[in-house]
This record gives sequence, C-alpha cells and structure tokens, in this order.
Amino acid sequence: MELALAPETLARWQFGITTVYHFLFVPLTISLAALTAGLQTAWVRTEKEKYLRATKFWGKLFLINIAMGVVTGIVQEFQFGMNWSDYSRFVGDIFGAPLAFEALIAFFFESTFIGLWIFGWDKLPKKIHLACIWMVSIGTILSAYFILAANSWMQHPVGYKINKAKGRAELTDFWHVLTQNTALAQAFHTLAASFLTGGAFMIGIAAFHLVRKRHVSVMKTSLRLGLVTIVIAGLLTAISGDTLGKVMFKQQPMKMAAAEALWDGQNSAPFSVFAYGDVSKGHNTVELSVPGILSFLADDNFSSYVPGINDTNKAEQAKYGPGDYRPIIPVTFWAFRWMIGFGMASFAIGLVGLWLTRKKFMLPQHLRVGDDEVPHLVLFKNKALSPTLTKWYWRIAIWTLGFPLIANSWGWIFTEMGRQPWVVYGVLQTRHAVSPGVSQGEVLTSMIVFTALYATLAVIEVKLLLKYVKAGPPELTEADLNPPTKIGGDSRDADKPMAFSY
Amino acid sequence: MELHDVWFVLIAVLWIGYFFLEGFDFGVGILTKLLARDRSEKRVLINTIGPVWDGNEVWLLTAGGATFAAFPEWYATLFSGFYLPLLIILVCLIVRGVAFEYRAKRPEEHWQRNWETAIFWTSLIPAFLWGVAFGNIVRGVKIDQNFEYVGNVWDLLNPYALLGGLVTLTLFTFHGAVFVGLKTVGDIRERARKLALQLGLVTAVLAVIFLLWTQVENGDGKSLVALIVAVVALVAALVAVNGGREGWAFLLSGLTIVAAVAMLFLSLFPNVMPSSLNADWSLTVTNASSSPYTLKIMTWLAAIATPVVLLYQSWTYWVFRKRIGTQHIAADVAH
Repeated sequence: MELALAPETLARWQFGITTVYHFLFVPLTISLAALTAGLQTAWVRTEKEKYLRATKFWGKLFLINIAMGVVTGIVQEFQFGMNWSDYSRFVGDIFGAPLAFEALIAFFFESTFIGLWIFGWDKLPKKIHLACIWMVSIGTILSAYFILAANSWMQHPVGYKINKAKGRAELTDFWHVLTQNTALAQAFHTLAASFLTGGAFMIGIAAFHLVRKRHVSVMKTSLRLGLVTIVIAGLLTAISGDTLGKVMFKQQPMKMAAAEALWDGQNSAPFSVFAYGDVSKGHNTVELSVPGILSFLADDNFSSYVPGINDTNKAEQAKYGPGDYRPIIPVTFWAFRWMIGFGMASFAIGLVGLWLTRKKFMLPQHLRVGDDEVPHLVLFKNKALSPTLTKWYWRIAIWTLGFPLIANSWGWIFTEMGRQPWVVYGVLQTRHAVSPGVSQGEVLTSMIVFTALYATLAVIEVKLLLKYVKAGPPELTEADLNPPTKIGGDSRDADKPMAFSY
Repeated sequence: MELHDVWFVLIAVLWIGYFFLEGFDFGVGILTKLLARDRSEKRVLINTIGPVWDGNEVWLLTAGGATFAAFPEWYATLFSGFYLPLLIILVCLIVRGVAFEYRAKRPEEHWQRNWETAIFWTSLIPAFLWGVAFGNIVRGVKIDQNFEYVGNVWDLLNPYALLGGLVTLTLFTFHGAVFVGLKTVGDIRERARKLALQLGLVTAVLAVIFLLWTQVENGDGKSLVALIVAVVALVAALVAVNGGREGWAFLLSGLTIVAAVAMLFLSLFPNVMPSSLNADWSLTVTNASSSPYTLKIMTWLAAIATPVVLLYQSWTYWVFRKRIGTQHIAADVAH
C-alpha cells in the first residue's frame, strides 16, 4: 500500500493519465486541421458547395477537439515543475528550450490563427481566411515536432554534457537535439499515426451517415478523403514504425527485448502474435510466434541476434551499477501488440474500403451510382457485396474511428513504460526525478482532481461531438456564399450580425 | 548586462504581456456577472474577447516554457512550491477555455448558464491568485539550502500577498471594463465607463498601498520610478475614462499593469525567488539560470520570434477592430 501511494507512483500515474488523455486530442487536431484546410482549399479552388459544407462540418468537430487539446496541454507545460522538480532542475537547461520554442513559435501560431479562422468567416477575404487554417495546421505540426524532439532526448540523450559542480545536464549542441535520428523517426511516426487517426475519424463518421443514406454527397467526399488518408498514413505509419524500431533497438535494446518479452537473446528471434501464461516470469507457456520477425524488426535481417531481457539487464548492471533495469514486461509486451494491432487493423479496413468504393471508371455500368447516391461496395468485378456484408462493412468502418486512438495510447504507454526505470535513458532514473518537496497528499489531490475533471470533460465533449456528428453538415447561408472582400469585413451594413459568435 | 540578466528582463516582459492581455480578458469574464444586464449583453462581452483570449493565454505558456529553459531552478522551485494554488489556476484555465468554446454549442439555457457561471469564477479566481503568487515571490518564501520550498500552503496566504491578489483582481477588472468601453457599442458602453470609474478608484487605493508596501520592504530607486509611473498612469486612466477618451484610457490602464508588474520585478532583481529563511538560500539570476549556451540560443529565438508574434497578434486585434453591440449577436442558435 505504501509503495502504491508513494509520491513517485502517484506522480507517474498522474503523468500517464494526463498525457494519454491529452494525446487523444492531439492527433485528431493535427490531422483534422490539415484535412479541413484541404477541404477548404478545394472549396476556394472549385467553388463547389459540397466542399464548403464539408469544411464547416469537419471544422466544427475539429474545433470541439482542439479546445480540449489546448486546455489539457496547459497541464503538460506545468506539471514538470509541479511533480517533477528534480527532473526539471536536472534537465531544464536542455529540455526547457524545445518547450520554449514550442510555445513561442507553435502555440502562438495555432491559437492566434485559430481565433482568426473561427471568427473570420465574415471578416477576412476568402483566401486570407483559408491561409489562417493552414497556419493553424503548420502550428500543430511544428508543435508536435518540438515536443517530440524533447521526448526523443529522454529516449536517447544527445548534445549535452554533465556539469558535476551544478549537478545537472547542460546543452552543448541544440541542433543535434532537434535533428537526431530518434527525433526524426519519432516525428515521422507520430505525424503519420496522427493522419491515420484523422482518416479513421472521417471514415467512421462518413460511414455512420452513408449507412443511413444521409448527407450523401458531402459524406461520400469525406469517405474518399478519409480512405485515401488512412491508406497513405497507414503505410507511412508502418514504414516509420519500422524505422523507429530499428533506432530503438540500437539505442534502447531493453525496450526491444521487452516489446517481445524475449527473455534470453537468440538468433532469428521470433515475434509472437500471442502469448499466454507467465510473460512476466521469464518464459511463456502458450505462444503463437513467427520466427525471425523480431530480428527483422530490430535489424533488417531475419537471422540477426537479438539480446534478451536478462542479457540486457546484466549489461546495464555492469554499466550503471547494481539495480533492476527491467520495465514491467507484460505492459510493454501487450502495449506493443495493441499498438500495432489496432493501428494496422484500421489501415486494413481503410485499404479494403478504398477498393470497395473504387472510382466509377473501374466499375461496370450497372454498379455505377450518381453523385448523390450511396456507393455500392464492390468486391469482385461484377458483383456488389450482399446487403448483410455491406452492413457489416459500414459497421466495422464506424468502429474504426476508435482504433487509432487506442493504438496511439498504447504506443505512448509502450515507449514511456518501456524506458523505465529511466526517465532520461542512461542518465536519470525516474525515482530521482520527482519533486522532493511535494507531499503525498498534494500529488494525490492533484491526481484525483485532474482525473475527475478530465472524466467529466470527456463526457461533455463526446456528447457534444455526437450532437454535431448527428446533425450533419450545415446548410449554407447567404453570408457563407458571399465572403467579404476586405479585411475587417465589408461595411455595407454596420448592424449586420456576426457570422459567428460565441 | 549578462545573458541571465537579459533573460530576467525577458521573463518579466512575458509576464507583463500576459497580465496586460489576459488581464483584460479575465476582467471581461468577471464583468459578465457585474455588468451584463441580460444574456445577450453577456454574449456581447464574451465576444469582445472571443477571437483573442486563446492567443492571450499563450503568453502564460511562453512565460512558463521560457522560465523552464532560462531558469530551471526557478521553474522547479516555483511550481513545486506553489503546488496547490497552481493546481487551482490550472483547473480554472482548463474549465475557462472549454467554457468559451462550448457555451454556444448547445441552445439549452441551463447549459449556457452553467458555462457563464464557469467563465465568471474561472476568470475571477486566477485573477486573484496570480497576485497572491507574485506577492509571495517578491516577499520571499521559505526556501531551504537545496532551493526546495519548505513552507506550506497557509504560509502563502499572508496579508501582503492577499493584498497583492486583491490588487490584480481589481486592476484586471478595471482594465477589462475599460476594454469593454472601447470595444462595445450601445447602452453597455456607457455603463462600462461608469463601472470602470468605480473600479478604478478601488484599484487605486489598493494598488497604492500594495506598491508602497513593496517599495518600503524591497524597493530601490528604479522600482520607485516604476511605482510613480504606475500610479500616474492609473490616475491618468481614470481621467481618460471620465472624459470618455476610451482609446487613451485603455492604453493607460494597460500602462498601469506594465508599470506595476515591472515594479515587482525590479524590486525582485537580482533575486528571482528570495528565501525568507536565509538570504544565502535565495534563488538569483545567477544561481537559478541555465548555461550561457542555452541562454544564447534562447536569446536568438526571442529576438527573432517575439517581433513576429507581436506583429500577427496586433493584426488580429486590427481585423476584429469593430465595436460589438447586441445587434451583432445573432439569435441564440447553437454552433
């Protein structure tokens, strides 16, 4: 009981809860900003109303999401100081800089231009208004990059020296921190996964409407956009995941061994699709595994030697002194599988969907439909899926919405828990990172407060999303179709209501 | 002037920017209860800050991030030491952001009323607590030889800091009322002016006591200059409010905030967080700062990025320069 409520344990739980929660919104924000910007660009270029209606619809859902992403991000910025003051003292010289960069470059960008976009429909000429949402999109991506560079430094510290007199790590090469391969691979992987998330979100909601034959023209466009996004992003997620795995194998061999629960090193190390029994005790009783795959994931070679948990633990003991350098193996083992499983499942569902709803010219005459009709799902050359199977595909497509969110969460749990007992790999252990002056009661209070608040907000947010999802794309108004030509709005009628107001 | 001194100034600038900007949007949030007669007036008030409050809040995030990077020891001691007040502030900022974004998203009256209540409290509480926090920073708190805060939460609730809280609360509300006068049209504009006069007088009394107290305890020649500027600006702001010079009034109420916060930082320097237990245990610009290399990079960043930020944030204010009245608020449709 004492250990379970130790400040370190509580601070870790709080960080885990607040971060996983925050990261439900982040990938949606990143991808929906860009996808909404893409739809609005299509409107500006073609003037087709369906694109504007799609922009308004997805833009709304995007805004409901980003509000949560922004406010939960504030906690992320401050809890290092609150719960992890010794960490902050030790690494602030290095870790603080990317955070400051993120705030000064990315946060200002995002938050200023989002205000302009929300309220700017009747205040800004079409193209400038469009530029605002692209600015938001650039802001979200920059923000992700800086924070991932900071996190990568925790996974693989570079460009620093230890200042013994001051008892801290000091920056020696900022460029190296920003551009090391861990940061590049993590950013690539996270951004790809973000678009996988946004693609699945679009597919799920479009499927929800299409199966009910509602808002067909907007939702068909959205479905295709979602499917293309998910397939490209899924491929890139897999490729970048593979790259990241190889980087990780070199930099954190323990994490790779823990991902597989590979206790003893071996050549042609297998990847088990499933394991049961005592994953945590050193040997698995029931396993379904494919030989060589882990070696390939780690080293691009099916027969390479992969060191096991026990070997790595011994090696780290020799290097860092006595201690236990193993993470919690069942967590890393299952997190790794759920990440890949849910991520790739949504990719597969997208791939199937892209084929089933392929373009008209690939279909025989009798299976083609008009612009306002729900497409047939065509598996083979001449035959549409049976009604039952069709219903099932749409149903699964709706579920897909949640898959990348699950995969993202487990991805972070894997990479963060797989690094334990280190907070900065090889440099600082997590138990030395907590705030010594903060009491158990204080951490417990804040953990309970944040958890309760976040849970309440989750209910409110999901209900609101559902309301707007069900309402479908809005009808366009006169004002929507006649955007202003001057910055600040046209002054034809000084008492005209604002196009948007809180 | 060494780099850590430069960064002390820059951190002060970020906090000043934060209090100048979020100061009036906190004020507007508080005024939704004090000034608005009906719900459409409430909406007028909320919409005067609608497009900008989020950008204003980023000044806080930047101040936090910059403190982390430039003065890690300060960041660590401050945020772990002022744990519970900071927790309350964070909860308020979370609820407040959601309240602005979600309030209009459902038409039901109880839904909107709940968020309006939330906007009031989550503007009022941080407006007060930031003053308490800065009062304590300037006054000095129990910091031991390891730079750990060893006091408890009750130590933070001393008369001087509580007075500081009242000063920021009234000053921000005053600043907000002046802003409303500048940004609205119709009946509410005149009422904002009258309320601003009253709020300004209360602020003046509290602020003069607080700033003089600060000057006597911790001040020097420079802080005295800032004190005089703050007081003169506040009086001039009141004169401008009274004369209906709304633009001037806003600049002057803003200048009051700038000078008052500058005064606090000037009386702090070269400490960043003095220890009330032993002067040798105080955090200073020297012992709390990052390495020269990190500070150099941060200085480049600030030199390039800050003017750009100021440029596009100012542009936002220009885009939304029109005054708002009840006629500009569309009927209560959710969106």
